[in-house]
Amino acid sequence: MLLNRSGQTARDLLRGKTLINLFFENSTRTRTSFELAGKRLGADVINMPVATSSVNKGETLLDTAATLNAMQCDLLVVRHDQSGAPSLLAQKVDAAVINAGDGMHEHPTQALLDALTIRRHKGRLEGLQVAICGDIGHSRVARSNIHLLTAMGSRVRVVGPPTLMPPGIEDLGVAVFHDMKAGLAEADIVMMLRLQKERMAGGQVPSAREFFRFYGLDAEKLAHARPTALVMHPGPMNRGVEIESRVADDPERSLIREQVEMGVAVRMAVLDTLARGPRRNA
Amino acid sequence: MGDTLFRGVHLLDPATGLDCLGELLVREGTIADLGSGLGVPDGAPEGLDVIEGNGAVLCPGLVDMRASLGEPGFEYRETITSAAAAAAAGGITTLACLPDSQPAIDDPALVRLLTARGEETGSLTILPYGAVTRGCAGEALAELGLLREAGAVAFSDGTRTIGPARLMRLALSYARGFGTMIVQHPEEPTLAAGGAATEGKLATRLGLAGIPAAAEAIQVARDIRLAQLTEGAVHFAHVSTAEALDLIRAAKEDGLDVTCDTAPPYFDLNETAIGDFRTYAKLSPPLRPEADRQAVCRALADGTIDAIVSDHQPRDADDKRLPFAQAAPGGAGLATLLAVTLVLVHNGILPLGRALALLTERPARLLGIPAGRLAAGRAADLCLFHPERAWQVEAGKLAGKAQNTPFDGRALEGRVLGTWKGGRRVFG
Repeated sequence: MLLNRSGQTARDLLRGKTLINLFFENSTRTRTSFELAGKRLGADVINMPVATSSVNKGETLLDTAATLNAMQCDLLVVRHDQSGAPSLLAQKVDAAVINAGDGMHEHPTQALLDALTIRRHKGRLEGLQVAICGDIGHSRVARSNIHLLTAMGSRVRVVGPPTLMPPGIEDLGVAVFHDMKAGLAEADIVMMLRLQKERMAGGQVPSAREFFRFYGLDAEKLAHARPTALVMHPGPMNRGVEIESRVADDPERSLIREQVEMGVAVRMAVLDTLARGPRRNA
Repeated sequence: MGDTLFRGVHLLDPATGLDCLGELLVREGTIADLGSGLGVPDGAPEGLDVIEGNGAVLCPGLVDMRASLGEPGFEYRETITSAAAAAAAGGITTLACLPDSQPAIDDPALVRLLTARGEETGSLTILPYGAVTRGCAGEALAELGLLREAGAVAFSDGTRTIGPARLMRLALSYARGFGTMIVQHPEEPTLAAGGAATEGKLATRLGLAGIPAAAEAIQVARDIRLAQLTEGAVHFAHVSTAEALDLIRAAKEDGLDVTCDTAPPYFDLNETAIGDFRTYAKLSPPLRPEADRQAVCRALADGTIDAIVSDHQPRDADDKRLPFAQAAPGGAGLATLLAVTLVLVHNGILPLGRALALLTERPARLLGIPAGRLAAGRAADLCLFHPERAWQVEAGKLAGKAQNTPFDGRALEGRVLGTWKGGRRVFG
């Protein structure tokens, strides 16, 4: 983190290594974060956006894997709209594969950066009450955070309408709430999730305004959490849908900008760790 | 072609109750005589091929009442020739094939074509299902009467559910007039849309859109009610959940014309076979939690389930080497049908005779065909197998073209030693 802040680069750590950002799904934020992380460590970074609208995504995925493998890249950062796609790719390439978000499955570096952000402010993860709110069902960020935070001893609740709550989620070690006020009570951390517009089209939520009324984070609902509670969001935010600007931009309560900063630091650490080892997948 | 004498074989035929060590004599493609002590002299009698069984089981050639062939339309997955090879390796001599091919089997000429293509193989009788709806599109009834006349063994839309209640009512009602049944894929289509695994903890953890197990029970409940309304016959294919089996059990007790089958993955595997996105374990219906697998075993033991089918769905590597949600569902099942069924015997869930009945006599009776029986004068369709011989399933080394087995790596006991069709050896 200090290295990230210092304005200096450690060009020798990943010198001569090639990092390819393979994004089958648009993501300015995560892609830029990995790109910066790689460059600050001296890697050669190449961005390969792949249109998801191509006729046969599957063929593109494996063909691309074969091509990249032939190019001898060292680190492959993959974002895909299908759960398990990086896992499939990892079977086909020799490079270390880093999952930058796959479908509704996982987004490991997001969870790592969230945990780092929380620990910097609260000094610990163990024993903290963390409320993850909104579209849990379609969220890879929620799943990765649940895995990481429960492993580190945080007490995690998920809060959202039943139509956006995946069946069996309680088996992952979380408490389920359908009411924001009850779900936020005693929370140390309030983690909001992005609500995709498609959810309204799919009928899982009747309208954006109804969602905001019952599940959007405003000052009134936040008042039910601990007075010291901090607010997080993986971005990009839908202001006025899952979070109101007054909360999102409150420097006393919001960690949202710091999450972005920690993202670069965590990804530097991940890249460095994986590049050190023999070629393997993560 | 020479005539054949099977000697020292364990004759086992659930249809007739035959269960003894003995001999079976084949002359001109039909069973001439069978039993213990036929009085055939030792040595090699003149003009007879002698098969020494050494106690291996000789039973009727298996009758598989649910398989998709790649033909017509998907020859890159499987051809009738390759499917016939796989069937022979699995001891299957009669197979009812699903109609949702390309084109769908909704025209009498296509029924005749498939039947003839089966005869050409010389090893496999193909009994085509006719489409319930034109193009298996679920909109308008196909010409069930003409299809039946051309030889359609029964009616189904294959891997697609007959969705609208009115359509299913008409199909059950109309098919009844021709004395035949409707074979339904029981999965409520709007609940199943977009799903890739059974809804629950595992699908949630893997981030896969789920299909609730209730989608099966809901469809079964509705169709039982429609069978009652129409006095028609409904057969539920590859039933996989406890809830649906309870409904079917109750419907049978009520005397309705309701029957069902299941397939080996649903009593031998559970949803954990998906592991880390293993697409060969992506099936339709999806693999279920362990409690459902156990319920399928119980329903096999108590007789609720009328037949075990291969549910063969040939897929090419390109269909499967995809992210899980995009991969095509379905598993190859012909070559492993008998061996996986024998797991039930080895685990004490079913005696050998009853297990074989589910693969021979029972499906033959459901389809109303004269197969699946050892009797003098019948065609000599036979399967010789060793019930204990161990082997390991290996995708890539199975007979036939389709290698997409969900049982890859599974160690099994029970090996087909030989298959005979009309007295001619077609495998082993």
